[in-house]
Amino acid sequence: MSATGIGARVERKEDRRFLTGAGQYTDDVLLPGQTYAYFLRSPHAHAKIKTINSAAAKAAPGVLAVFTGEDIAGKVNGLPCGWLITDVNGQPMKEPPHPVLAQGKVRHVGDQVALVVAETYFQARDAAELIEVDYEVLPAVVKASDADKPGQPAVHDIAPDNVSYVWALGDKAGTDAAFAKAAHVTRLDFHNNRLIPNAIEPRAANASYNRADESYTLYVANQNPHVERLLMTAFVLGLPEHKVRVIAPDVGGGFGSKIFLYAEDAALTWASRQLCRPIKWTADRTEAFLTDAHGRDHTTTAELALDQDGHFLAMRVKTRANLGAYLSTFASSVPTILYATLLAGQYKTPFIHCEVTSVFTNTAPVDAYRGAGRPEATYVVERLVSTAARELGIDQAEIRRRNFVTQFPYQTPVALMYDTGDYNAIMNKALQMADVAGYAQRKTATQAKGLLRGIGYSSYIEACGLAPSNIAGALGARAGLFEAGEIRVHPTGSVTVFTGSHSHGQGHETSFAQVVSDRLGIPIENVDVVHGDTGRVPFGMGTYGSRSLSVGGSAIIKALDKIIAKGKKIAAHLLEASDADIVFKNGAFSIEGTDKNVPFGGVAFAAYVPHNYPLDKLEPGLNENAFYDPTNFTFPAGTYICEIEIDPQTGQTRIDRFTAVDDFGNIVNPMLVEGQVHGGLAQGIGQALLEECRYDPESGQLLSASYSDYAMPRADDLPSFQIGTTCTPCTHNPLGVKGCGEAGAIGSPPAVINAIVDALAAYGVRDVPMPATPQRVWQAIQNAKA
Amino acid sequence: MSTRISMTVNGKAVSAEVEERTLLAAFLREHLRLTGTHVGCDTGHCGACTVLLDGKAVKSCNMLAAQAQGANVTTIEGLAAADGEMHPMQVAFKASHGLQCGFCTPGMVLSAVELAGKLKNPSEAQIREALDGNYCRCTGYHNIVKAVQTGLANMG
Repeated sequence: MSATGIGARVERKEDRRFLTGAGQYTDDVLLPGQTYAYFLRSPHAHAKIKTINSAAAKAAPGVLAVFTGEDIAGKVNGLPCGWLITDVNGQPMKEPPHPVLAQGKVRHVGDQVALVVAETYFQARDAAELIEVDYEVLPAVVKASDADKPGQPAVHDIAPDNVSYVWALGDKAGTDAAFAKAAHVTRLDFHNNRLIPNAIEPRAANASYNRADESYTLYVANQNPHVERLLMTAFVLGLPEHKVRVIAPDVGGGFGSKIFLYAEDAALTWASRQLCRPIKWTADRTEAFLTDAHGRDHTTTAELALDQDGHFLAMRVKTRANLGAYLSTFASSVPTILYATLLAGQYKTPFIHCEVTSVFTNTAPVDAYRGAGRPEATYVVERLVSTAARELGIDQAEIRRRNFVTQFPYQTPVALMYDTGDYNAIMNKALQMADVAGYAQRKTATQAKGLLRGIGYSSYIEACGLAPSNIAGALGARAGLFEAGEIRVHPTGSVTVFTGSHSHGQGHETSFAQVVSDRLGIPIENVDVVHGDTGRVPFGMGTYGSRSLSVGGSAIIKALDKIIAKGKKIAAHLLEASDADIVFKNGAFSIEGTDKNVPFGGVAFAAYVPHNYPLDKLEPGLNENAFYDPTNFTFPAGTYICEIEIDPQTGQTRIDRFTAVDDFGNIVNPMLVEGQVHGGLAQGIGQALLEECRYDPESGQLLSASYSDYAMPRADDLPSFQIGTTCTPCTHNPLGVKGCGEAGAIGSPPAVINAIVDALAAYGVRDVPMPATPQRVWQAIQNAKA
Repeated sequence: MSTRISMTVNGKAVSAEVEERTLLAAFLREHLRLTGTHVGCDTGHCGACTVLLDGKAVKSCNMLAAQAQGANVTTIEGLAAADGEMHPMQVAFKASHGLQCGFCTPGMVLSAVELAGKLKNPSEAQIREALDGNYCRCTGYHNIVKAVQTGLANMG
């Protein structure tokens, strides 16, 4: 391994610009003739719009336009949902319109009502205050559990019972039969708490129209600019794609919330054409809380059937998912395809059945947030497994080992085919790194302080790199799920890599450059990675679902293979040898078994200055692109062990030790992988202990709409982490990689809650809801004592 | 209503006529085009907008530009040496992978630089407590803490 090759801890190429203030995020872009937008939003969860009077706003200083729903009706379509779910009766999901500006009705606090454009931000904001909207406030349905009860208001006319779909996966009869003969059944009811993603960079967009060639450019804080363009042009604005360029420059975190096509992006793009001026909008934090797609919000009843020895016989899960007021871009796939398919976990449970009811409520749309369905599934599985072990008196590691899948490939009863893994190896390493052997001693020390100590396990699996396109299509995906990559070798041998993946913190400019530099044997400084621009990158599906290296990296490898194949032909000509005798190694093409060679740069130069070149057989130039459509998901897995201390007087939980051992397959840059795990763990621990999106159940007002009310982890809420890896390379992609971006957020919440329940077991506490705030933990202790 | 403000930013005297309600963060970003100062929340919670005001870390979204009248302001653009050599804290953040998306980074680095004057050889717990005013959503703080430890040590 070279100092910068695959496997090396290379410091990031992108860091210097971020550390010196030279990054360029969407709000940093200032265009000639720049104007500014402000969105007037609904203060009500559910209301009819009787009239809007914007005359005073239009006359206010600096105001260029005020647009409302009336202005766009018939011109701008609603936002599409990218995944069609077919319900248990074979009917398509209820898919109500999702207007870009409200059409006669608002359906959640923050729903966009009017767009004000002015010369300055202050002018736009001040003018918005002059808009008079006459609302007829309607009763709101806020809690998913209430949504289909008789007498509840309908969020959309086409779904009078507020149900978008009821969907199921698995063998119901087989599952029920297995439960009927089970020696033991463990049952849990819980709510997977609703979260607000909170990338530190708020969403932002800057749209412009060029009269010269009738083209549009949209800068937007987004994770997948080609998908954004496709959805916006084809479905919303009816524009030809080649006239629209979408640039997602430096993006300050995404975590799923910037996958989606949002109303503001389309509204700005349309309005820029009306005004022939660039229009910029940046959300303030309150808007982020109100309008970024939220995550999770599942209410679940889950049961695990076991035999007398603790072998899993079947799992039965019923979940109610809150979709919010509208179907966000991939909302429908999250509680279904990305959730129920993961319920096998690392275990050979023979029968699984899952039924999901997804409902509309007068709350912000809910969609993918780091993990997207997989944290919810892991929480179901790992809370059940830990509870069952406790009920049966089996050691937590042992019950897992007894049920681990050990033969690969393994076909689960919920559609997935695991290609490879070694869950015992992960468990062994986790037990050792976490010093489980020393736990009893630590518990004694904790007790001596008058505190409680608990240990919790979580053995998660996830499915990354959603694929392949044809199967995803059969399951309802309305997009392909491949990735594109282009390798442009310049005449002097340096390389620009164009990738459809998008980095918003992941460090692709470094890790992808490592892959290319390693394969081509050229210095990493000679490789630059370009992403996030539909005008420069051939195509792309973007970054989500931990897919970048496994899918995007594979496309790059395919393009590199083409470069090397062509390079061999050029080298054969230069070396006067046969193509078949040329080998490429350490940055040089040589005749096998000889020291006759030509360096990579020499081949590149010959390709662009083809004086001595087989022009009769080969085109000049050295530029190749490739599309890669995976044959399967990848299946990272891990075991997390969490140790906590609780002060029974206050209910305060402190994480004392957190060990995460993951099998991500091969690793390109361990430093970046560790960073991804740390960040995921922080978000998962945040879910378990701190974070909760809460609406007032009557009014539908968002109560957790600021950082004062929504508890996001700060540095002193978290411990340092112990991170380890094992490796079974993915069998079906060329790098043998699996994906690491979401693992921490998927695996950690049940580890934390299992640890808390373990600490409280002496009181007979069986469950503590997330987030396990001091108040809730204290209450659990009091309830148990009573 | 507008007002004339003057201050020193990254060693240069600057002066401008701005609306009275202009925040220091907006003045730096919009008027001086120093876009390294980021605004993550505009409520003083996230710390992305942190700059050094006469050596003290302040949240520039939480004060008016006019309140910095006559002050000496350092933004992230002014932290490296004139020849481009990064400050030891910047170097430490890079070496420790103390940043991912980079959005909280300018505020985080400047808050960390201010610590040098406050804490000698701080413990991990002290660093975590001292960074309480800066959110990071990417790193889980693990590598930021390491970076700050290294950076403070190398600042001497």
